[in-house]
Amino acid sequence: MGLFLAQLLTGLANAGALFMVASGLSLIFGVTRIVNFAHGSFYMLGAYVGYSLMQVLPGAVGFWGAIVLAGLIVGIIGALVEVLVLRQVYSAPELFQLVATFGVILVVQDLALMIWGPTDLLGPRAPGLEGIVRIMGEPVPQYDLALIAITPFVAIALWYLITRTRVGILVRAATQDREMVGALGVNQSLLFTGTFFLGCALAGLGGALQLPKGGADLLMDFTILAQVFVVVVIGGMGSLPGALLAAVLISVLNVFGVAYLPQSTLVLMYVVMVAVLMWRPFGLLGREEVAGELGQVGEPDRPVRPAGTAVRVLVAALLAVLAALPFWGGSFAVVLVTDILIFCLFAASLHFLLGQGGLVSFGHAAFFGGGAYVAALLVKYAGTPMELALILAPLGAGLVAIAIGWVALRATGVYFAMLTLAFAQLLWSLVFQWGDVTGGDDGLVGIWPARWASDNDVYFWLALVLSVGGILVLRHVAHAPFGYALRAARDNAPRAEAMGLDTKRIQHAAFAFAGMMAGVAGGLFVFSKGSVFPNEMEIARSFDALIVVFLGGVKTLSGGWVGGATFKGVEDLLVRFEYWRLALGLLIIVVVIVAPDGIVGGLRKLGERLGLLRPDEAPRGTAAPAAREPAE
Amino acid sequence: MTPILEARHLSRHFGALRAVDDVSFSLAPGELLALIGPNGAGKSTCFNMLMGQLRPTAGTVILDGTDITGKKPRHIWRMGVGRTFQITATYASMTVAENVQVALLSHHRRTFAFLPYATRLYRDEARALLDTVGMADQADRHAAILAYGDLKRLEIAMALAHAPKLLLMDEPTAGMAPRERVALMQLVADIVAERGVSVLFTEHDMDVVFAHAHRIMVLNRGQLIANGAVEAIRADPKVQEVYLGGGTLFSAERAHA
Repeated sequence: MGLFLAQLLTGLANAGALFMVASGLSLIFGVTRIVNFAHGSFYMLGAYVGYSLMQVLPGAVGFWGAIVLAGLIVGIIGALVEVLVLRQVYSAPELFQLVATFGVILVVQDLALMIWGPTDLLGPRAPGLEGIVRIMGEPVPQYDLALIAITPFVAIALWYLITRTRVGILVRAATQDREMVGALGVNQSLLFTGTFFLGCALAGLGGALQLPKGGADLLMDFTILAQVFVVVVIGGMGSLPGALLAAVLISVLNVFGVAYLPQSTLVLMYVVMVAVLMWRPFGLLGREEVAGELGQVGEPDRPVRPAGTAVRVLVAALLAVLAALPFWGGSFAVVLVTDILIFCLFAASLHFLLGQGGLVSFGHAAFFGGGAYVAALLVKYAGTPMELALILAPLGAGLVAIAIGWVALRATGVYFAMLTLAFAQLLWSLVFQWGDVTGGDDGLVGIWPARWASDNDVYFWLALVLSVGGILVLRHVAHAPFGYALRAARDNAPRAEAMGLDTKRIQHAAFAFAGMMAGVAGGLFVFSKGSVFPNEMEIARSFDALIVVFLGGVKTLSGGWVGGATFKGVEDLLVRFEYWRLALGLLIIVVVIVAPDGIVGGLRKLGERLGLLRPDEAPRGTAAPAAREPAE
Repeated sequence: MTPILEARHLSRHFGALRAVDDVSFSLAPGELLALIGPNGAGKSTCFNMLMGQLRPTAGTVILDGTDITGKKPRHIWRMGVGRTFQITATYASMTVAENVQVALLSHHRRTFAFLPYATRLYRDEARALLDTVGMADQADRHAAILAYGDLKRLEIAMALAHAPKLLLMDEPTAGMAPRERVALMQLVADIVAERGVSVLFTEHDMDVVFAHAHRIMVLNRGQLIANGAVEAIRADPKVQEVYLGGGTLFSAERAHA
């Protein structure tokens, strides 16, 4: 009983910081509709800034003062990021802003490395609260009790701000209909900047508050991000009480999970999230997302047109030059381009899902990594030849996609995205923790190609044929009847349903198809590296694909592979430098601001302006009216 | 002759609100039937129940002798019912012709096909349909840039793609200029006459209704208060009450003047 209580208290103490970070993310999403990937980075900054301040400021006053100051400073940094970066891209297509926040993650990572160095920092103890209290014989840190006492105050202060003040009314109004709030004469820019300040300050506060428990390290941004996403989604995007409820739920579950089911620790919160979303598709206290309200929808996609003869000839010629690479490039170039080709197919498969289907998946690495592991496991345990493994990898990935899609497609919009993320993480933790079979963190090694393909040049040709072939198939499907049905379901689902189309089934098929194509890339990847590790399935890998798809241009046909090739190529150039993340992050931010339609979209607009391309007729001021039917 | 569509004791409640309350009517083949009523009378709710977007609280919908209550919109569409929406619903990322071609793809059950290029499929059929509504010259324009009246006509072409026996049109002329409205309803009347399609439509514009409807039903506060030929409706005191009020307010104002 005593132990149970002590664990419950630990869980509640952990919930404090988690709630603060999650409520910040929830606020920002509610008002600005931006999924702030960088929220974990602000939490990390809070921890580092708090640590530095605590070195300078003395005593108990210094300790608590440092925490508050850290929150304020991080809040100001957040507001600066909003003004300098995000404000430039509010009119960009749906969810595009998350690319910018991804750039911020990279920048913050390297800045933190520059300023505070690579070693983990041990957080100082809170003066006067160093000891433990015995509750029913069990030791409970005094600081934990202090955290449990502080959290309700923060929650109540937030609650007061949101429900009782004018600012709160504006924030709530903006979460319901921000265009209307703007139309009523409220300065939206100020409201957005203010929300960013508050949201980031909360993240910084959370980071500084947990210093005595967890210290500061360079990995804490992604660690907390996954948890915070889960909390916000379980609670309901945009709901503060929901965030509190979910933070407590997840923290307490985690503590008990560690105590009673240690092998489940990584999986547990995702299982809970999936269970909650199957029961309530919009979280515990969330409300239904209306299609197209995730930020501006932007101008509608252009109609797709099959390429003309000239383009086909040009592409064929370029492919011929590329195929001759082993004769004119060095052996290093061959390996590099093999990498790029595989990544391009992976990106193109996600681009198909996102661009044609309008289905934003945050967990596409599940199918890339899934295909890779299927191939690796087959070789390792069944001695499967490479050729067969390359065929079975996409089938395996496709089956996984069918299973995940079956659940995830019950939800829409951000909730769909979060469910795919949860499933990808589930799969990742399964691979990570089931060491006996998958090798866990050590991965599976010694997976080499068949003898005929073991030469780098030959494997390059194999990758070229399969990757380019895959990309061409994806492109063809966009022109095929199935592609049109998929776009119909995206453009206007009620219309499509009232026209005999089973939109969910069409989307499910597209999800499985995109998963299969990612699986092809995964299979190719294993044999090119000779090994596979769990990080091929982790969040960062999913984000890589997502980022390049947006950078390439969602509303174009070739954005996927163009973004993939550019990003991978630049990354390979930059990794030689010490602070390559900083450079890459800044580059991403610049591209986001300069070309909000992505590289291909931006080039197309440039071409039209220069008179090289025939422009679309001027579109109407707004996109087609939302597919909502007010019932009378 | 069996009616093409029959609603029997149709009701839909939202909490305590009876949006549609025990409505029964039938529609004969080749008939152009109008459903009118003031704002909030329950017209769209009624419509959404007929097409399966909304489940009735009680009552049944019979299509050509088959009970279709609670069936999904896509199943009802397959049974030969087309519909247009109050706010035009088209595919903004496609050309005008492609919008119709998608309907044809669905009709020919080719949605899961991977060959050939969709733009080449049923192009002539799509053109013919666009010709019917006078849109053939705009076939290759991007649907997102059409004028609203043209979108309405495009929607009709899409709804005709599977040669429906029944068309449900929710405020077909909403948001259009007066001259366009008359032209559009003339087009619908012609389609009814030429193809033998039955049409049920809701409408606010009385000129449109009285000029073209074969029969009119009046809905008020969820209940059907009148159902009959155009002249009978025009003379019905209950209908006049609903549309013009009791005259108390207006005559009081005149008394002041």
